[in-house]
Amino acid sequence: MTRLLPALLVLAIAAVPWLMPNLQVLLTLALAKGIAVMGVTVLLRAGQVSFGHALFFAVSAYAAAFLIAAWPGADLILVLVAGVAGALVAGLLVGLFVVRYRGIFFSMLNLAFSMIFWSFLEKFYHLTGGADGKRIRRPPVLGADIGRSDFELLLFYITLGLALALAWFTLRWLGSPRGHLFRTIKTNETRLQYLGMSPRHVMLSGYVLSAVLCGVGGVLMGLSQGVVTPDFAWWVRSGEMVFIAVLGGAGSVAGALLGAIVYEMVRIYASAFAGDIWQMLLGGFLLIIILFAPGGLVGMFHRFFPGRAQDGEDRT
Amino acid sequence: MNFVTVLLATFDGIAYAALVFIVAVGLTLIFGVMRIVNVAHGSLYAIGAYLTASLTAAILAAGLPPYLGFPVMLVAAVVIGVVIGGPMEWLLLRRIYDKPEVLQLLVTFAVFMILEDVQRLVWGTQPYFQSAALQSLGMVQVFGVNYTVYQLIVLPLAAIVLLVGLRYFLRRTLVGKLILATTEDREAAQAIGINADRVFLLTFVVGAALAGLGGALAQPTTSVLPGIGADMIVLSFAVVATAGLGQIEGAAVAALLIGLGRSFAVYLWPEAAVLVPYIIMVLVLMVRPEGLFGSPAARKI
Amino acid sequence: MKHLLLASLVAAVPLTTYAQDKPAELKIGVATFLTGPASVFGVPARAAAEQIVEDMNADGGIGGVPVRLSFIDEGAGAEALTTEYRRLVETEKVDAMLAAISSGSCVTLAPLAEDLEVLNLMWDCGTQQIFEQDEYKYVFRTQANATPEMLATVAYLLKTRPDFKTLAVVNQDYAWGRDSWEIFSTALKAMKPDVEIVGEFFPKFGAADFSTEISRLQALQPDVILSTSWGGDLDTFVQQAAQRGLMNTSLFVLPLAESSLERLGSTLPAGHIVGARGDHYFLHPEFRDDPELKAFVEEFREKTGAYPIYSVFHMVQALAALEAAYDKAIEANGGAWPSEDQLVAAFEGLEFQGYGRPVTIREDNQGIEAQLLGTTVQGGEYPFATMENVMIFDGAGITTPIGEESVEWVGGLGPDFVESVKVDTFEN
Repeated sequence: MTRLLPALLVLAIAAVPWLMPNLQVLLTLALAKGIAVMGVTVLLRAGQVSFGHALFFAVSAYAAAFLIAAWPGADLILVLVAGVAGALVAGLLVGLFVVRYRGIFFSMLNLAFSMIFWSFLEKFYHLTGGADGKRIRRPPVLGADIGRSDFELLLFYITLGLALALAWFTLRWLGSPRGHLFRTIKTNETRLQYLGMSPRHVMLSGYVLSAVLCGVGGVLMGLSQGVVTPDFAWWVRSGEMVFIAVLGGAGSVAGALLGAIVYEMVRIYASAFAGDIWQMLLGGFLLIIILFAPGGLVGMFHRFFPGRAQDGEDRT
Repeated sequence: MNFVTVLLATFDGIAYAALVFIVAVGLTLIFGVMRIVNVAHGSLYAIGAYLTASLTAAILAAGLPPYLGFPVMLVAAVVIGVVIGGPMEWLLLRRIYDKPEVLQLLVTFAVFMILEDVQRLVWGTQPYFQSAALQSLGMVQVFGVNYTVYQLIVLPLAAIVLLVGLRYFLRRTLVGKLILATTEDREAAQAIGINADRVFLLTFVVGAALAGLGGALAQPTTSVLPGIGADMIVLSFAVVATAGLGQIEGAAVAALLIGLGRSFAVYLWPEAAVLVPYIIMVLVLMVRPEGLFGSPAARKI
Repeated sequence: MKHLLLASLVAAVPLTTYAQDKPAELKIGVATFLTGPASVFGVPARAAAEQIVEDMNADGGIGGVPVRLSFIDEGAGAEALTTEYRRLVETEKVDAMLAAISSGSCVTLAPLAEDLEVLNLMWDCGTQQIFEQDEYKYVFRTQANATPEMLATVAYLLKTRPDFKTLAVVNQDYAWGRDSWEIFSTALKAMKPDVEIVGEFFPKFGAADFSTEISRLQALQPDVILSTSWGGDLDTFVQQAAQRGLMNTSLFVLPLAESSLERLGSTLPAGHIVGARGDHYFLHPEFRDDPELKAFVEEFREKTGAYPIYSVFHMVQALAALEAAYDKAIEANGGAWPSEDQLVAAFEGLEFQGYGRPVTIREDNQGIEAQLLGTTVQGGEYPFATMENVMIFDGAGITTPIGEESVEWVGGLGPDFVESVKVDTFEN
């Protein structure tokens, strides 16, 4: 059951464009967000909470926007690569600085960097388009110009494929020797030093991975939206990512994707049918999860279907 | 910049710093004692401002003199501490002290989201502006530039009184000492019979009341409208982290740095004014990773 | 969850109707700010839309078909906005969308509307760039844009105070604040090259405190202070400036302040220039005795407790345009219900009227609307400032010609432009 159900869920999602086409774009957004949340999840495994990972989400989407503005014929693949490369470089630069810090200082420094970037986006509007953001025009795919509906279908499957592939990679990484060391930062950092390891190096590799994941999510989100705004870097979005990570099950990679889908559904239907109080509903929903199901959605799943823990999650 | 403009920038910076300090000190206090970053702090600030605006308007409508707007600020602060802060600690936070930090932070984030909508449902979306109390104090002229007495004198004075008062409360009164002891070592404090639950409740109520007081004091100078809480909370975070966590005097220094930095930026390089708090924070933390006044935490092996 | 999915599934099944059949109802989606700072515009506009549609439906609706409105919140963020927009278009099958207030939303939604092939009326957003950068088939603007709004402001300033020497600006730091300043300053430099810009301040959007800016302005003592801010930012700026006496020494030019007059009450002194982003005002000198406008204002006040502001009038214009387009299309179709293409075709050269002078839709889908500005006066008749010395600038002469780029065009205007603008002046 524990293996069958996720597989069925993936199949159901893959069939969405044919069965429920009006959920397709929503799911693209949710999965893109889910990939970004995986980045936050990685850091949670080291016991660190970033309140500024929307930075990388925004950097990659803006990198894509600038590339397309400068070179309108740039191919989709190139745009994706450029976005991710932007996030990688930003992750490395910020990471070199913040990996020294732990706990609340780590959270606040990430927040500070994302807010500096946000202010920059708003301030230098001749370059960045200010609060209106920058348009991301639909790029050609393998040299062919395609219409919106085909592009959206393609983007949906690309997002789904990347979500699964990156989830698999992230789990492999967390299970690798490097990943084990990384997780030791949460449980006992000093031991790491006694082992002759540099916690900063270990932390940096995890940080860059998390930035890249956020970047993949950001560029996909930007492509799907057709526009990127400074809102991509605003602190509430970083908060939202942490929110989704906990909703899905703090530290669970599968939970990040599942949490993002559930979150996006709740949010969209709440704002559609209770436009005035959608934030309140979302907040209430979060409180209930934290107070009554602190293991998140994945925790609930395991409670109902006790079995072998699938992805080596921390059972602490 | 000549001497006069330096002086003018200093006045503006101090007035702004006073407000920032009053809001941030509540956040610092709560963090210092409870190790919780209260994201809902900004909402409490906003509600404090809304409440003061409404109460002052009611006073004026009843034909009472505008200076009664000042005691109303204290009333609003206490109401917020008791009516919102109390239940928040008692019903929500108390249940998850044994859970990871991130969950505690998210509880306050959820409360923040809920309170944002509550504000809109209660006060609507139109900006409120109610400056009768401020205007009853009049203006002073310095080098040909008009300042309101309220911003130039009352706000800095309130910040100083608060700083001295909090120091006295924490160092000289029994309750204050209990709070400090709990901050230092929760388990040891409990072992010697301190009721940590009560200390936490009291701290949270006081911290929430200070957020409300910040909003109340800010209200006569600014429009109260949806979204002001989200802006204030980020600024408070910057102050708290720059100061070093739980450092009350540090919060005063950090607020002053940020306030002065911002007002000088408006004179020298207006485009950078909005970046000042973050730049100061990053610079300080680069040199002192635990903040201006923070001390490195003891290692656990 | 399952329930929701099921509901969406059922709703997704297309209903077979014939295009020419008269539908049971006309569905209109409206994107407006229900949350966030811009809800100062969005919420009154929603109230206005509901009021107008109620009155329309009491008379049988548009072309005999009752109208039903659905609102979506621009304040919920870009993803929620586009997702909701799609839901309305693809699932609810709305016949037309009115979107949006924020220029950012319009930049996002205009291409989306074009791809979804749904009629979209940009009912309030100000950016002039959309139609200057791309051609649209389904997207129209039922009011002016930033260029005529700023040009009229410059013209009013130069007509009433031709002799000022120095000017400073305090705008919100986002696209509107920057764009409007670029147009204003370019136009001013072209028409009055000797003006010195002594200060440019862009405090962040939503700033709660302008004390430092005001201290500096007091030291600089510019003749004129421009601010295109709106909402809480403008209220705070005006209140703080008034508290500290800045409004006694400098002339304030506030092109969006019509929307703040009632809230500012007696704080805003007499003698400052105020604009309304178009040709509408509840005391419009040409229409204030018109029983329709009077009844509208009265009903709006009863419902919301406030006088209508420009976003309300923009909503009136959008719905008036839609009604006029349907009437025109039905007539062209020999009385039968028009298809979507016929409706879209009806917008070409469409003339319609809200509560100001008639507005026409130009070939590039841009509305040509006159501009109204005035000077504040505390007359005592209302507990807030009203406008006197009102000027109404004809829209055609101050709107960027088709094919030109606004800033470039404005920069090429000369000092004689002010005299060439067609304008009517009303003393009060």
